[in-house]
Amino acid sequence: MSDFETVAATENQAARRGPSGEPGTPNQVGAANKPRSLAGDAWRDLRRNPIFWISLALVVIFTLMALLPGVFTANNPNDCLLSRQHAGPSGGAIFGYDFQGCDTYSRAVYGTRASLLVGALAALGTGIIALVIGMLAGYFGRWVDAVLSRVIDVVLGIPLLLAAIVLLKRVSSDSQWARIGAVVFVLALLGWTTAARVVRSSVITAKEQDYVAAARMLGAGNSRIMWRHILPNSLAPVIVVLTIALGSFIAAEATLSFLGIGLKAPTISWGQDIDTGRIHMREAATPLIVPSAFLALTVLAFIMLGDAIRDAFDPKLR
Amino acid sequence: MFRYILRRLLQMVLAFFGTTLIVYALTFAGQGDPIQALAGERPVTPAQRAYLTEKYNLDQTGVGGFFYRYFDYVKDLLQGNLGESLTGRSIGDILQQAWPVTVRLALIALAVAIIFGVSAGVIAGIRRASIFDNSTLVLTLLVLGIPTIVLAPLAQYFLGVKWQLFPPTAGSDPTFYALLLPGIVLGSLSLATALRLTRASVAENLRADYVRTARSKGLVKRRIVIVHVLRNSLIPVVTFLGVELGNLMSGAIITEGVFNIPGVGFNLFRGIRTEDGPLVVGIVSVLVVVYLVSNLVVDVLYAVLDPRIRYE
Repeated sequence: MSDFETVAATENQAARRGPSGEPGTPNQVGAANKPRSLAGDAWRDLRRNPIFWISLALVVIFTLMALLPGVFTANNPNDCLLSRQHAGPSGGAIFGYDFQGCDTYSRAVYGTRASLLVGALAALGTGIIALVIGMLAGYFGRWVDAVLSRVIDVVLGIPLLLAAIVLLKRVSSDSQWARIGAVVFVLALLGWTTAARVVRSSVITAKEQDYVAAARMLGAGNSRIMWRHILPNSLAPVIVVLTIALGSFIAAEATLSFLGIGLKAPTISWGQDIDTGRIHMREAATPLIVPSAFLALTVLAFIMLGDAIRDAFDPKLR
Repeated sequence: MFRYILRRLLQMVLAFFGTTLIVYALTFAGQGDPIQALAGERPVTPAQRAYLTEKYNLDQTGVGGFFYRYFDYVKDLLQGNLGESLTGRSIGDILQQAWPVTVRLALIALAVAIIFGVSAGVIAGIRRASIFDNSTLVLTLLVLGIPTIVLAPLAQYFLGVKWQLFPPTAGSDPTFYALLLPGIVLGSLSLATALRLTRASVAENLRADYVRTARSKGLVKRRIVIVHVLRNSLIPVVTFLGVELGNLMSGAIITEGVFNIPGVGFNLFRGIRTEDGPLVVGIVSVLVVVYLVSNLVVDVLYAVLDPRIRYE
């Protein structure tokens, strides 16, 4: 990420020097041949990248599925009859029925909501923590930076899955929302470090810019400079990191649910369905394969989308 | 060098106390009545209560009492005294039996990552933007994006149950053949990361000044790549693989659980399933220590390999 920021910074300087540099020389860059911005270049790259479009389409489809599952399947995921245990496809259940006699496809569709919700909320929480910590560390520097950077080091040294296991074992409530909240809290609490480092480094770059000096000269206070000037200029790289993080949070949630300490029964989640499908794989494989495919595609979509955007913004790869 | 190691050790000590404090605070502190929790549903007689209170120093209350018990826990942890699981077996014994299996699995996974990841990464780095490069990049992205809970059961189903190329589960005394498929599944993630790291590192070093100098001296390409580029490119890869060995030893919960391999991760998996609190906490505490120590070893190794690291 730092490459992207340094190049962005030098380009800014070049742009500022350009027109007012030497008054005598005619302006090389005419209106017809406008200088392309980094974002413009990135967009040109992205438009031609099939991975970007495929992953974007997948993200849109899964988001729609989370919002309106009824559009994608007519069957009720909780309408289970033991008499059709592991039965083949019939009546809208295009992938047949699982161990409990529930519609496999319908359960996978309805499972999207919990996964995306957890992923999005965890990414939001991560973003907030990362922005606050990274902004403080980057803007104030000195001992604030030293202390916060050590905190980041320590949290980064905690293995995510192990810590999540310990934390989630403390949650005894089985209510649907309590469990979702607990998983989101745990993931955000442990997952913010990378994003915070990115914020910190982009804040350090942004605070050296002339517009910050100008704002300070005009009498703006620290909070105004941070909120109005530095934040909007250091947001882009974090959003890319958070897109990738969203994918890995979805994977982490599914893993925790798979282990039986994440989301529990009334909530439909892919992790649990994969676990049940795994146990009965010798009798019927589709109840394992369908939620696995949904989970893998969702995680891949977010990771590839973030990766494509990051590559487009990284001039080193051009 | 000495100063670097000293500083790194101090950092690790801090991280050790930080993480164990968190683990301890989350599992034991503020848990209502620990004695009743120990006894479960059964009633506790006053004599038992008094005995346990004294044994675990529960009469000290407040922050002081918390730290008193915390240091007890750290002392036990450092002495290797991990207590007993709810089934009455000593956790130390369980771990002693489980370690060799987990280490074997981790070594297989690491070998897979080195053999395939590093060599493919070198080729991709040399032939950048070729078909090989682009296809490996997409493949590694796929591997990195697919969670283990998808990869492990599907590999087990297709390769183990349906096509029967590998034994689907390992059993109590696993052979090398039985550990091969889980090793590949476990190593695939490290493989993908190692590949990407090697590729980036080789591609960057190929553009370095010393490579241009070597080329202008008239050295053949093979010699430039093997002697000059590889030596410099493999430093970050070695570091990564070192960290990864620590991760693999601790992070095999899902793989060992799915393939029924009686290693450390499997015991943790079972502990979580059977709600065996002491077993989970014991194993997690040990794994955290393993993780920290392996990070330390790698950092020191890195400083030995690359003198620039020592002078921050």
